[in-house]
Amino acid sequence: MSEQFEPVIVGFLCNWCSYRAADLAGTARIKYAPSLRPIRVMCSGRVDPQFVLKAFINGADGVLIAGCHPGECHYLNGNIKTLRRFLLLKNTLSQWGIEDERVQLQWASASEGIILAERVNKMTEEIRALGPLRWYDKVLGGNGAVPIPVKEK
Amino acid sequence: MGAKEKPKLAMYWASSCGGCEISVLNIHEHILTVDEVFDIVFFPCIADFKIKDLKSYPDGHIDVCLFNGAIRNSENEEMAHLLRKKSKILVAYGSCAYEGCIPALSNLTTKDATFDKVYLNNPSIDNPDNVIPQQVTKVAEGELTLPLFYNTVKSLDQVVNVDYYLPGCPPEPPQIWAVLQVIVGALLEGQPLPPAGAIVGAGTTALCEECEREKQEKSIDRFYRPYEVVPDPDECLLEQGLVCLGIATRAGCGALCPSVGIGCRGCYGPPEGVIDQGAKMLSAIASVMNVGDESMEEDELVDKIQEVVDTIADPAGTFYRFSMAHSILRRVKNGKGDS
Ligand code: FES
Repeated sequence: MSEQFEPVIVGFLCNWCSYRAADLAGTARIKYAPSLRPIRVMCSGRVDPQFVLKAFINGADGVLIAGCHPGECHYLNGNIKTLRRFLLLKNTLSQWGIEDERVQLQWASASEGIILAERVNKMTEEIRALGPLRWYDKVLGGNGAVPIPVKEK
Repeated sequence: MGAKEKPKLAMYWASSCGGCEISVLNIHEHILTVDEVFDIVFFPCIADFKIKDLKSYPDGHIDVCLFNGAIRNSENEEMAHLLRKKSKILVAYGSCAYEGCIPALSNLTTKDATFDKVYLNNPSIDNPDNVIPQQVTKVAEGELTLPLFYNTVKSLDQVVNVDYYLPGCPPEPPQIWAVLQVIVGALLEGQPLPPAGAIVGAGTTALCEECEREKQEKSIDRFYRPYEVVPDPDECLLEQGLVCLGIATRAGCGALCPSVGIGCRGCYGPPEGVIDQGAKMLSAIASVMNVGDESMEEDELVDKIQEVVDTIADPAGTFYRFSMAHSILRRVKNGKGDS
């Protein structure tokens, strides 16, 4: 049997709560799946939907956005905007055939390292069940023509 | 180019509706100047030119080629390569060549589904033998061939190098004329050309800058489809709940659609600095929805927002109406075993 598929999950974690939750998970030595590639952003509201799409074209199998609980955002309501965008993004991505499990949102306060870790574990399992996304080769390749080169601007 | 020789102009259509050709004629009396200044060497829409004429030209023979239409099949791609070789300046003319436009909306589905809709399951189709186009068909006289129909529609710059982009569906006549003047100035009088890869004949900011409607702070309770409301003639359309892509679209047309009460469709593509017009629009529109706050329970919050989000019908088709081929992901996933 071939090796177990290890998903790559790009995580956008806000500086004030969820990144600290991830830090805490580390210092508290909580064991969780090594699939998360965390990127610190100032607020979950900073996550432009373009970031999510870029993660996918560059090989991510899933994207996790994490922020402070509603009411606790350092910038008052950045996370409410995140939630609105997230729900609209999901409606859009479902038209693109991208499964719901591949883009997830988690609120985690600075003390909730365990919650974040559990979410990463759960998400890793869900994506493992779906299989790799590999957008660039699997979706854009095999077009009856040469694969399209990615243009970085 | 000899002193008395006129610069050579070509225009070719790939996967397009022909509106771009009309837009060139739409520059009115200036078309006479175009005819005077240029030697038209390939322009199948208006005169009889054959591919073999084009092939017989030396490389770089054409000074300016306006290429409109997306790359839908192998013939479009072949012509793109041929014209690139024969042209000094290749302009992606109009939204199809620039970013896929309406033909690229079929990137929201598959080739098979497109064939099914066009040739098999469609109320206006009578095709009892289920005949669909084949790439190769054998007949008594020999073999007939058709170009390969791609699964994914591409923009011109996804198959060849493009010198300039002229956005719009179709580009607006004053903009076309302005661009032609710059090119003529460069060819005849040695004036500088815009930098390679530039988007010409358009602004850099968002369309809202050109739009005369009154803008207040945006906050929207729900969205309406155009037939559901009669918009106020002066207020911002988006503020009235009508999806208007002006905030995520490049200026240049003079806000023609919003000025007559129709939300911007986004045909000039994304403004400077934005890669993915649809994602930017999605982001902007979601943040101005006036629903949900911190006081709500989490489930209620999600439900309330979802309700409003669901009033936007067909978000992918709306936000990516013109830019699907140039979007970050370019097409949708086909399901298992994509090809
Ligand atoms: S600062 Fe954490 S979500 Fe805004």
